[in-house]
Amino acid sequence: MAEALVLLDFSLSPFGVRVRIALAEKGIKYEYKEEDLKDKSSLLLQMNPVHKQIPVLIHNGKPICESFIIVQYIDEVWKDKSPLLPSDPYRQAQARFWADFVDKKVVNCGRRIWLVKGEEKEAAKELIECLKMLEGELGDKPYFGGESFGFVDVALVPFYSWFYTYETCANFSIEAECPKLVAWAKRCMEKESVSNSLPDPHKIYDYVLQVRKRIGID
Amino acid sequence: MAEEVKVFGAWGSPFSHRVELALKLKGVPYEFIEEDLANKSSLLLKYNPIHKKIPVLLHNGKPIAESLVILEYIDETWKDNPILPEDPYERAMARFWCKFMDEKCMPALWKAYWIEEKERAKAMEEAFEHLKTLENELKGKFFGGETIGLVDIACNWLAFWIGVIQEVAEIELVNGEKFPILCKWIEEFINYSPVKESLPHRENLLAYLGARREALFASTSKQIIY
Repeated sequence: MAEALVLLDFSLSPFGVRVRIALAEKGIKYEYKEEDLKDKSSLLLQMNPVHKQIPVLIHNGKPICESFIIVQYIDEVWKDKSPLLPSDPYRQAQARFWADFVDKKVVNCGRRIWLVKGEEKEAAKELIECLKMLEGELGDKPYFGGESFGFVDVALVPFYSWFYTYETCANFSIEAECPKLVAWAKRCMEKESVSNSLPDPHKIYDYVLQVRKRIGID
Repeated sequence: MAEEVKVFGAWGSPFSHRVELALKLKGVPYEFIEEDLANKSSLLLKYNPIHKKIPVLLHNGKPIAESLVILEYIDETWKDNPILPEDPYERAMARFWCKFMDEKCMPALWKAYWIEEKERAKAMEEAFEHLKTLENELKGKFFGGETIGLVDIACNWLAFWIGVIQEVAEIELVNGEKFPILCKWIEEFINYSPVKESLPHRENLLAYLGARREALFASTSKQIIY
């Protein structure tokens, strides 16, 4: 039975990238629909009336929203290929914990670097602290998931394409401070599912400049 | 093998309560370790070095932090009386509503109680919108259907703590008139035995929050303080 899968997304969204990577890891075919965030489609508003945000995965007409929830859904439905969450409950909990950490800390700091005038230096410092904690969690493993690419890798790697923006806005080098993390990101980029899904860092920077101008920061 | 299950928590915290309730619903015996949040133990800091917060579940020496992560762990580990549905779509929905409660409902409602009067109307409007959205999801006796599920547990704050907060703040935002279905759920939830047995003593909570009343009103961070 052909599954009807539609992804409502925005090409530069790191949250959308998470879903695209998960779908690519599992070799799942789907229809991609690009949303104009300044003029959201009626389909998006209908499928995500609560948050009105992308990404939304529509599976056989039923919408799933919120990137981590979508990735877990994909992992549970297509469980036989490239599992992203470990089967052991404790390791699973650790993966969920660190993915939550990425959202609570990394996303927040990153946003403050480019979206809030005057906070970039402090936010950059906090971002480095968070990335160092993640480096600690990674240890000597090739991926956060261990020998294979997993849930936390999916959670964090989309932000690699935002590093250029963060570094340029706050004038610092992530690689200098967190070489292991950047090495990890480059390792992930060797995977087609990742390199095909991550947007060009310069396109992200151009977009950020546009937003900053529009809201009056630049 | 004897299991060692410990919960590092705080008696007045709804996040801590979520974990205790889940363990009680599954009949899992555990030891509760009360943390003084103003003077956190070295054990807590060792088991949750990243956030340094309660609750932390310690299972055979291995720590798990963050209440919703702990709830999923509990469900995966002890299979009796499941709190998450089996169907992946239903699971996604349950996770969605838990996130909605924690990231939208709770902060908006908390803000509406403690914000300055001149800004209260707007805060209330937002809180009401979120509560209505949540109420629309109640199709059965509980969010989980006939039995308590993940979303019910995550909404514990709304079921019990809100009543106390309303009394302390002297503002009633949630009542049977505005939210009849939600208030019916609240009655069912707090009177359900394992819930009733696990909730903190109402008078103690009232006294505790009452003593912090001025601080709560003055709170500019609008962060939930325990």
